[in-house]
Amino acid sequence: MVEVQGVNETILKVEGVHTHIGQHHILQGVSFAAKADAVTVLLGRNGAGKSTTLKTVMGLLPASKGKITYMGKEIQKNKPFQIARMGIGFVPEHMGIFSELTVEENMRVAMLVEDDATARRLERVLDMFEALRKFWKSKAGNLSGGQKQMLAIGRAIVNDTSLLLIDEPSKGLAPIIVDAVIEAINQIKEHSVVVLVEQNFYMASSVGDDFFILDDGKVVQSGQVEELVRNEELQSRYLGISKVEESNG
Amino acid sequence: MAESIFRRWNQELTMAGAGVLFLLPLLAIQPKTYLTLTIAGLAMGMLLFLVASGVSIIFGLMDVLNFAHGALFAWGAYVGFSVFQLLMKWVEADSVLQNLAVFCIAMVAAMVAVGLLGIILERVVVRRVYGNHLFQILITFGATIVLVELIRVFWGPNDEVTTVPLTFSGNWDIMDVVISRYRVICILLGAIVYAVIQLILKKTKIGTIVRAGVEDRDMVQAMGHNIYLLFTGVFAVGAGLAALGGLAMSIFSLQVYPDMGGTYLLFAFIVVIIGGLGSVTGSLVGALIVGLSYNYVAYLVPWAAAGVNVLIMIIILLIRPTGLFQAGK
Repeated sequence: MVEVQGVNETILKVEGVHTHIGQHHILQGVSFAAKADAVTVLLGRNGAGKSTTLKTVMGLLPASKGKITYMGKEIQKNKPFQIARMGIGFVPEHMGIFSELTVEENMRVAMLVEDDATARRLERVLDMFEALRKFWKSKAGNLSGGQKQMLAIGRAIVNDTSLLLIDEPSKGLAPIIVDAVIEAINQIKEHSVVVLVEQNFYMASSVGDDFFILDDGKVVQSGQVEELVRNEELQSRYLGISKVEESNG
Repeated sequence: MAESIFRRWNQELTMAGAGVLFLLPLLAIQPKTYLTLTIAGLAMGMLLFLVASGVSIIFGLMDVLNFAHGALFAWGAYVGFSVFQLLMKWVEADSVLQNLAVFCIAMVAAMVAVGLLGIILERVVVRRVYGNHLFQILITFGATIVLVELIRVFWGPNDEVTTVPLTFSGNWDIMDVVISRYRVICILLGAIVYAVIQLILKKTKIGTIVRAGVEDRDMVQAMGHNIYLLFTGVFAVGAGLAALGGLAMSIFSLQVYPDMGGTYLLFAFIVVIIGGLGSVTGSLVGALIVGLSYNYVAYLVPWAAAGVNVLIMIIILLIRPTGLFQAGK
């Protein structure tokens, strides 16, 4: 088991979590901690268990063993809506956009309370993602991939979110849009703690502070992202990144 | 964007084609008879819509195949029948106000009582089998047997004749076209229920959450909404709609009997398959198609009336396997 770092300042602590999907034992004792002042990145190859980890934290998949603590409270037995109401926002890999609803309706569904503070946060979201303001009355299904990602992130931070879980926000996006998402995450981390699952090493290294590498349902390496950027051997062994791929970024 | 435009075009073309098809009987039927049959078909369609919309909403949001819907329909008819028995003076009174009042009381009583029954059914029976269609069919079929037997215990095993409020009986004769008063009331009732459901789904936050839940239940939960509470509420509303359908149908057919739900449940499933599971507008369009085609064919070729709806369902399934409308509409 990997030693949990910075216990005193952690907002989220995952300890020895196991998750089964049907007959498959996906997470086999995942442990990591997300610090209050950092962006934590979960890295690893396809099928390593990164998305399953986020879904388990969110309560969408039940943890069969282990402990998940958020702000000192155990949450592994809570239902997803209870976890969300504790201040955890979630952006899934498929973005979870309600395509038949308008952008406005997507935002309204996300707003748990419609007060002045939420209105201010909504303005901040719309300032951050101008496209959402432009297509406010349009069906979300008609947005481009990048705009959908903006909507998915916007929905997750329109409430008083202390912790944001984002699953592969760069997936399928053009490089210029990836830069916009990086910019957005850099703004979000000033208000919320971010746990990011990412395969795009360029993005992970642009926003991440701490990293945890998952392999076969376990955390096999952890440390500072800047150390990982320098460690080509580690990148090659666990992330399959060669020097050429990285420079293509 | 292009796909969405094509989909809308496709839908509008299908609707236009259906419209032309429904004018075809005019070649073989006198215009006045055609009008009478059309009103009868619209009334039958609206009654079927009341039953089918509940089935559709419950499946669309909860992914639950509720075979007990027919029994809830019968319960609605019997609760309404009991209210009419209790307030027989108002039913037989030559007063529009008293007739309407007793109908409204019966409607509220049936919807509330069966809505509560729906809550119990969802909490005790259906909740255990979420995600498993086979178990849902078996367990709700079992629940149907229990609910129908309970009707026999409380109201007896025999058919009962329903008394129609005086204002609702009789016909209007407008330029030699005979129009049954109650059929017009059924059309209005169905239109009002459709408008109210649309208003709730489109204009209220809870309605928007329900539409979102039809698309992605997990995401709705991850946004902090208690999907299980929503499921219970939707099931209760679906049960209430079944009850309203049962009450309205019992006045239409002038009788109540314990097994009455079975016949209409079959029609309801045909309607939701034609309209698209999970779509309220689809249920309305599907119900009108079934109601109208049944009445035209019953007049022209009586022996083929029952089969024509199955034939329409097969054709729709071949052309658009998901039904005419998408879920959440």
